[in-house]
Amino acid sequence: MSSPTSTPGGRKRGRNTNPSTPSSEGPTSPPSQRRRGQDSSTGDLMPMPTSPATDMLSPAAPQDNSLLSSPRPSVLPNEVDMSSPLMYGTPSSRVEGTPRSGVRGTPARQRPDLGSVRKAPQVDLQSDADGAVTSESNTGQRLVIWGTDVNVGTCKEKFQRFLQRFIDLTSTEDENAGLDLNEPLYMQKLEEISVVGDPVLNVNCLHVQSFDAELYRQLICYPQEVIPTFDMAVNELFFERFPDSILEFQIQVRPYNALKTRNMRNLNPEDIDQLITISGMVIRTSQLIPEMQEAFFQCQVCAFSTRVEVDRGRIAEPSVCRNCNTTHSLAIVHNRSVFSDKQMVKIQESPEDMPAGQTPHTTIVYAHNDLVDKVQPGDRINITGKISLHRDLNSSSNVPAGVYRAVPMRANPRQSNVKSVYKTHIDAIHFHKTDEKRLHGLDEDAEQKLFTEDRVQTLKELAAKPDVYERLSSALAPSIYEHEDIKKGILLQLFGGARKDFSQTGRGNFRADVNILLCGDPGTSKSQLLQYVYNLVPRGQYTSGKGSSAVGLTAYVMRDPETRQLVLQTGALVLSDNGICCIDEFDKMSDSTRSVLHEVMEQQTLSIAKAGIICQLNARTSVLAAANPIESQWNPKKTTIENIQLPHTLLSRFDLIFLMLDPQDEAYDRRLAHHLVSLYYQSEEQIEEEFLDMAVLRDYIAYARTYINPRLSEEASQALIEAYVDMRKIGSGRGMVSAYPRQLESLIRLAEAHAKVRFSEKVETIDVEEAKRLHREALKQSATDPRTGFVDISILTTGMSATARKRKEEVAQALKKLIQAKGKTPAMKYQQLLEDLRGQSENAITKELFDEALRALADEDYLTVTGKTVRLLA
Amino acid sequence: MMPSTHDWINNPLGVVEGMFAASQNNPNSGWEAKAVEFFKDHLKEKDAHTWVPSLNDVPLHYLKPNSLVKFRCLIQDMFDPEFYMGVYEAVDPSTKAKVLRCGKYKDVTECGVDFDSRNTVTAERQTFYCVPIPGENPWVKESYAGSSQARVVPSTSYAPTRQKRSYEEDDDMDDMDTQMQREPHTGPQSPTEQHGNGDCKRRETEAPSSQTAPASHLDLNFPLPGEKGPSCLVKVYEDWDGFKLNDTLEVFGILSVSPALSALADKKDASSSLLDPTECMETAEEQRVHSPPASLVPRLHVLYAKPLPHNNPLLPSATLEDNSAFLSSTLSEMASVRAELLTFLTPILLGDALAAEYLILHLISNVYSRRDVLPLGKFTLNLSGCPTVASYTERFYQIIQQLVPSSYYLGMSLQNMNQMRFVPKKDYSANRLVSGALQLARNTSLFLDETQLEQGQLDTAGVRNVTALGNLITWQKVDYDFNYHQMEFPCNINVLIASEGRSLLPSDCQIHLQSQITPPHMEEYLSSIHVHPQASQLNKFRMYLSVARLLNYSISDEVTKSVEDDFVDMRKDDPQSISAEDLHRMLVVARLLSLSLGQTSLSRDSWLRAKHIELLRRSRMEQHTCVNGNEP
Repeated sequence: MSSPTSTPGGRKRGRNTNPSTPSSEGPTSPPSQRRRGQDSSTGDLMPMPTSPATDMLSPAAPQDNSLLSSPRPSVLPNEVDMSSPLMYGTPSSRVEGTPRSGVRGTPARQRPDLGSVRKAPQVDLQSDADGAVTSESNTGQRLVIWGTDVNVGTCKEKFQRFLQRFIDLTSTEDENAGLDLNEPLYMQKLEEISVVGDPVLNVNCLHVQSFDAELYRQLICYPQEVIPTFDMAVNELFFERFPDSILEFQIQVRPYNALKTRNMRNLNPEDIDQLITISGMVIRTSQLIPEMQEAFFQCQVCAFSTRVEVDRGRIAEPSVCRNCNTTHSLAIVHNRSVFSDKQMVKIQESPEDMPAGQTPHTTIVYAHNDLVDKVQPGDRINITGKISLHRDLNSSSNVPAGVYRAVPMRANPRQSNVKSVYKTHIDAIHFHKTDEKRLHGLDEDAEQKLFTEDRVQTLKELAAKPDVYERLSSALAPSIYEHEDIKKGILLQLFGGARKDFSQTGRGNFRADVNILLCGDPGTSKSQLLQYVYNLVPRGQYTSGKGSSAVGLTAYVMRDPETRQLVLQTGALVLSDNGICCIDEFDKMSDSTRSVLHEVMEQQTLSIAKAGIICQLNARTSVLAAANPIESQWNPKKTTIENIQLPHTLLSRFDLIFLMLDPQDEAYDRRLAHHLVSLYYQSEEQIEEEFLDMAVLRDYIAYARTYINPRLSEEASQALIEAYVDMRKIGSGRGMVSAYPRQLESLIRLAEAHAKVRFSEKVETIDVEEAKRLHREALKQSATDPRTGFVDISILTTGMSATARKRKEEVAQALKKLIQAKGKTPAMKYQQLLEDLRGQSENAITKELFDEALRALADEDYLTVTGKTVRLLA
Repeated sequence: MMPSTHDWINNPLGVVEGMFAASQNNPNSGWEAKAVEFFKDHLKEKDAHTWVPSLNDVPLHYLKPNSLVKFRCLIQDMFDPEFYMGVYEAVDPSTKAKVLRCGKYKDVTECGVDFDSRNTVTAERQTFYCVPIPGENPWVKESYAGSSQARVVPSTSYAPTRQKRSYEEDDDMDDMDTQMQREPHTGPQSPTEQHGNGDCKRRETEAPSSQTAPASHLDLNFPLPGEKGPSCLVKVYEDWDGFKLNDTLEVFGILSVSPALSALADKKDASSSLLDPTECMETAEEQRVHSPPASLVPRLHVLYAKPLPHNNPLLPSATLEDNSAFLSSTLSEMASVRAELLTFLTPILLGDALAAEYLILHLISNVYSRRDVLPLGKFTLNLSGCPTVASYTERFYQIIQQLVPSSYYLGMSLQNMNQMRFVPKKDYSANRLVSGALQLARNTSLFLDETQLEQGQLDTAGVRNVTALGNLITWQKVDYDFNYHQMEFPCNINVLIASEGRSLLPSDCQIHLQSQITPPHMEEYLSSIHVHPQASQLNKFRMYLSVARLLNYSISDEVTKSVEDDFVDMRKDDPQSISAEDLHRMLVVARLLSLSLGQTSLSRDSWLRAKHIELLRRSRMEQHTCVNGNEP
């Protein structure tokens, strides 16, 4: 009984072939025949044994099979049912507008989200309601709501106890920010309500569950009955505490986060009428639909007026005026009828939840009253609501507010074959936008993937293995041969560093994402690696530098074809916020596009000023880029910058730059050949195994990213400092700088990522060691000066190695001397000068070098170059 | 045997209901599984499946409603699952007693349903929108139709000639007919059986008119333009998770064409004033798509769905492993058929035997596995140097069309690239996946004619289309456009690019045609090669190509070793000569070469031969590069 899945067997729709109760009981009279005001028997309330287990025999359970959305006969006539949750509420208040306080004074607002039938009966019960309820729960007479095992009194008591006592010490929801965690949480919220005046109490179902599992089960199974009971309970409590508060209407309880969080795909007939939470993406919202709740009729003859409630989308038009007995004299008066807001929202499965090769499912959700217009298409939301079924009567059941003549459902016995298909929808009780905060901060919920205990155990076991780092890196793109360091680098990128916030010191956020650039010969499976990463991570984007414009990468403003409003469409970089953006053919990108990356890759934001929309979007994305050398083949005699022709400003923003080159050595070739051949005849099982690995890897990364947030230990900080100082020292001996603060930041990120790989909350020396090693490897590959063979970071930071710079200066000086030696010749031929210089110098002088030297001298205002002549200045 | 056959084919619902009724006293009888088993068993009997009429080749109005039919199709879209009344209680009109009825395999309930009965069981089923296999070639259709033994007669007393009458007239008549039939028979509470039949008759006559009516404002959403045939809403009752988009199936199911299904569309105009405008607007489009008239899009309630590993009617339907006799006889012949095919194809490729060989390899290629993102076995061929005279490429395509079960010719003209929809896109207002030309069944031959390319500007759509083609070729996947996100669907399409120079699209292998014909004679030659081989020979080729694709393949350790050695040696001599990518290609060529000879494992000879033809091809490319000079 503790879990919602073990509900009494009778609730298992679709399986019940054995209705055990006699149908002669009062409740069997179909609800559709029931009219308001019609007397009903006491049989509506079934005295039930106290044990809920016996509910199996409840005659009501199979009732759930009925086809109409909620024809529960628990809409009870007031005289009898003192414990009915429907008793609170004062109908008269709707007409009068003066605000009052207290339970009786505050109008109850209808809750269409709980089903259309569930209207508060319009009867004044004020005189004895309170007394009756309490006395009843005290007498111990166990009454349950027909069709359920819910005893209103107990349920109410339990909920009040929950409100008064529940304390959540570990609360992290920011909704609860500012509340005292040691005080009962919901009492504080009630206080908030009394101050703010927004009569909605959101209740986390998990809290209810931890407090009282039985209550939770009832809430999940019978939301239609239990939630009004909660409403009643909370209102009593509230007005007892704050008798003077004035609310617009009575407080409504909105449960959310029902544990039965479901994938839309798993919804089945058993979930009907239960409380569920599903996640999805809004794809369409309708306009506001005014839904008639109560029709106002007036007799044309005697002006006698009457009100009729809408029952399942239909209004039973009174055919005879009760006052003057004229038939068919009543006419509806629209502007005196009562309407509520309703909106149809269509949601679609989120792409992450979907099995491969299938198309996403959609579900219709109805939002009521203040939930209308809470969500927009494109929003990722969690919806808590009640799933309902209605028969597709060729859409006539959809008629929201049209007046249907008083036709009982089965008035026409000849109504022959009808479609046997139902339509389902969810009545939303609570919306939670999962991506709401993505624009502002890191959203834990979106990242939070639910891991089963077993899974966590497997992951932890894997993490405990000493070679976990190697294992994971080899599981990465197994079809790509070797390149282990590159895979390790990408692995660290997938984990990312720890997020830190320095905004108080004015620095803003510290970039935690690792950026990697792969360069190398064409056909060295760079694209394949990118594709793999893109397929591995949940929020990955793949673009090609060739095709994508700056707009495609960032964001653009377009006019929505439907609303004709300007909307901001986000591009790849923004879409991969908190993910990885894979950019192939990075070198083919236009300059303007590339310039956008400057901001993204360090500040991790994206500023847009277009068509009157000025904003800054978050783009906390790791960039994994691949670039081809400019001359189709990598020229080992040139530096990285020269090979790929990228501005060094951009290059310095990459933490790791790897070269993917053909090693050209025999042993490597042999291993490579073996690897490739085996690729082509591997058995199915081996492939299966690998797929498992990919799933484990994905979970491992997701788990580490969510739960592990390592901090630097003392030794690690020391090690980092030493490493940095060492790096600076290497170069300083030769007048070169081989490290900048950016490199230190890279080291920290890499070390943190490595700690995450180990599931360690502390960054230790081994992490720093690996970060150092990897960083050095990458530098060795990309920042080696081809002329000297030394690692020179300035190749990446200034685009030119220190030796090259020195050489440039030397040539410039030599040229100057040459010109001075020539004496007073104000103009010289360019070609002549070059040949002279070549003849004089012992080193080979290329044309480029010569041009550079000329430019350097021009910068000194010593000379000027116009066309083919060089003129001296001054 | 025949009588019983008729029963289960003509009235499958009778069988189902019989089983349902029998199960009533025995709650755990598992009648549902038994019913499915029953049909499966019957279909397994020799030739039994040929007695079942096929929606593919029999016009809908010739088929009896509620009879067993089959449909060869591709899952184009998947709709949301729907809940229906699995069991319901209805009043029997004759005895006035309440009886339980089975709602499975039906779209409509019978009359007198007690909606509030607590015996109602709600069950779930899934709907797929299925279209005939796109690009299916005429010979396949004819062959399937020819082998059908279904005795299809216009189902009722209507003579086919009556179809010619205008249907409005018929309509009225029918109404009267059915009314009159009904009245004396059953009284006011007519049982649905009768009613349903009457309506179906009307549908029948209506069907041709709506089918012939051009652009009946209902887009049937075929992936390729100019396709014909019925599309179908297939209702699946079990294991629907096993089906994937773009799967090809042969579905056996109960045909349902009840007009009640489309009543909505008819009623819509009349009742729209009553409906809330917003609600109505929302659903009008969706309703049209999701409940189209049954006469146009019949419903099919699946009893048994068989995935099609291939769509070649000449091959036995059992899998190759189960049919060893067939397999061994074909394998032994393969080498000779291959030689024949080579001689057949060589003149078509202007006497270039090497290109013909590569073409065979291409035609039997197949993505047999994927390693993480890497599709293995694909072999996109770029035939460069195609003459642009005398519509050579079209003629060439016609030959291909004769050989493979399904194919599509895509002229890469600027207009096509800019205007055609290649990538399927989700239409949220109608809630369906609008198909595109790249939504193809597996092993479809896609013939890209780049000689059609002209100078001009590709617009955004054009660029997107070219990118989609590039992705298709490189990764064998298509990213479907879901507006808010993209979804990747793997595919398995054989792409053949015919171009003048090197193609602008990537390809696994490029071969430049070496024409044995001098340009002045080209026209004359081309008009003479329009060969029509004998049907028997063609059938041999068709079988050969399909079988070769289905064979298993392995590499022994020994050969692995020698391949490795070869690779190392080649690299030693000249590291530039062969890269990892080249090895990839050579392994694919070797695999396809072996399979084309009917060898299921790589032999040393085949490897050497693969090396040899690759060498020939590469040397030809270098030559060509030298001649042109401007090739990259």
